[in-house]
Amino acid sequence: MNGIVSYGAYVPGYKIETGEIASVWGADGSAWAKNLNVYSKSVPGPDEDVITIAVEATRQAMKRAKLTGDDIEAIYTGSESHPYAVKPTSTIVAEAIRATPNLTAADFEFACKAGTAAIQTCLGMVGHKQIKNGIAIGVDTSQGAPGDALEYSASAGGGALIIGREKVIANINHTTSYTTDTPDFWRREGQKYPRHGGRFTGKPAFFKHVMNCGVLIMEKAGTKPEDYDYIVTHQPNGKFPIRAAKSLGFTQEQFETGLLTPKIGNTYSGAVFLGLSAILDIAKPGDRILAVAYGSGAGSDGFDITVTDEIMDIDRSETVESMISRMEIVNYATYAKFRGKLNMGVTK
Amino acid sequence: MSVPRFWRELDTRYNLIGSYCKLTKKYHFPKRSFDPDVGRESIGTMEDYQFKGTGEIINCTVVHQAQTGYEMFGPYCMAIIKLDEGPKLTSQIVDCEPKTVKPGMKVKSVFRKLGEDSESGILHYGTKFILKEIPQIEDEDESLSNIEL
Repeated sequence: MNGIVSYGAYVPGYKIETGEIASVWGADGSAWAKNLNVYSKSVPGPDEDVITIAVEATRQAMKRAKLTGDDIEAIYTGSESHPYAVKPTSTIVAEAIRATPNLTAADFEFACKAGTAAIQTCLGMVGHKQIKNGIAIGVDTSQGAPGDALEYSASAGGGALIIGREKVIANINHTTSYTTDTPDFWRREGQKYPRHGGRFTGKPAFFKHVMNCGVLIMEKAGTKPEDYDYIVTHQPNGKFPIRAAKSLGFTQEQFETGLLTPKIGNTYSGAVFLGLSAILDIAKPGDRILAVAYGSGAGSDGFDITVTDEIMDIDRSETVESMISRMEIVNYATYAKFRGKLNMGVTK
Repeated sequence: MSVPRFWRELDTRYNLIGSYCKLTKKYHFPKRSFDPDVGRESIGTMEDYQFKGTGEIINCTVVHQAQTGYEMFGPYCMAIIKLDEGPKLTSQIVDCEPKTVKPGMKVKSVFRKLGEDSESGILHYGTKFILKEIPQIEDEDESLSNIEL
């Protein structure tokens, strides 16, 4: 069956605590942390962006399964913070894993679910035997405007899934999507920071799409919540995914492994990839996983996944948990410096 | 740097591609078309080689007056690294406290942004290095009595 041949993840080496951000704006740090269930968020270094994170995650995926560039025939990168408006991230990733020139590549955009749309594209191409292996990448280095609610959660990170049909470590049994025109969150061309509809991002947006997609994928697979060992959903904060999982009928034991936002913040397109990577880091053959992504604008992609015996043959020594444990705390001044929030007074 | 000049060296910068001389069995970085030890005898015996990206710091320094484009790093560490295969190169050591970096420490390569040609220009990516193990920061006594006036 077609599915995941390998996976890679990357979380930057720095983090800032919610209380530190709140102290700059005279807000109550513990209240913000508790309300969002986000206690710290990852911070990329000054030389890290979507491209460098995508390359690191992809190289890890290649190394795990001992694949070379010649094995890859498609690369699609989903993000809402591509460094270039015109020039693909995916071609740079392809060059950095020596997969050029015999492959197809493109960048995807659908808010936080562009990466999972890339998984579906790769599945289609692998299923029709157009390619042997394709790479779907979900990564972001998103920003919230200083002082905005988003600043407490918008972070950086990403993952890469190699989709193929040989030596599959996790079968993707079913996939489905739920899509509408819902303007809950957007960023206009040329604007540095996104805008959002406040409470409108909840019930009619995140919950409506994640819940409906979750129900649809289980109907398609003929499964019930108790058939799954793990669930991972998009996680814009630490509360929404818990409420969505519980409403769908899942328990804490099923959602806690893939829930990373309390420690690393909202990695946008990287969220489901990182949560799924954390699950695959410890999953056993036969484990069943439900993954539901969400992208504003709006849509959800659902995946019904079963881990195979092949997972025992890949290198799982470097885990998401080990990356998170290495993160160093920075203060707001360093965070502002790293994220380009300082006005240097120089026109380049 | 012109766009074609950087583009010509993508493989070297992204993937640490150098050369291996089958005659002298020596590795070279960056790429060479012949081995300087044996000159024209090595023509035709050179092949591309991708370095593993691991090595050891030979010497290092902390840069406090950052170069243009590196202001946001300051202070940062620059080091001469001896790759496991032999060749030496100069690189920034990132994701660490610069003063903790010392000769003899083991490093591994990472993919990072090297710079950019202005705000609207091309972005340059390539290889930098991180420490394989993060050392503990020793508290230094920086009281006035230790400062020579």
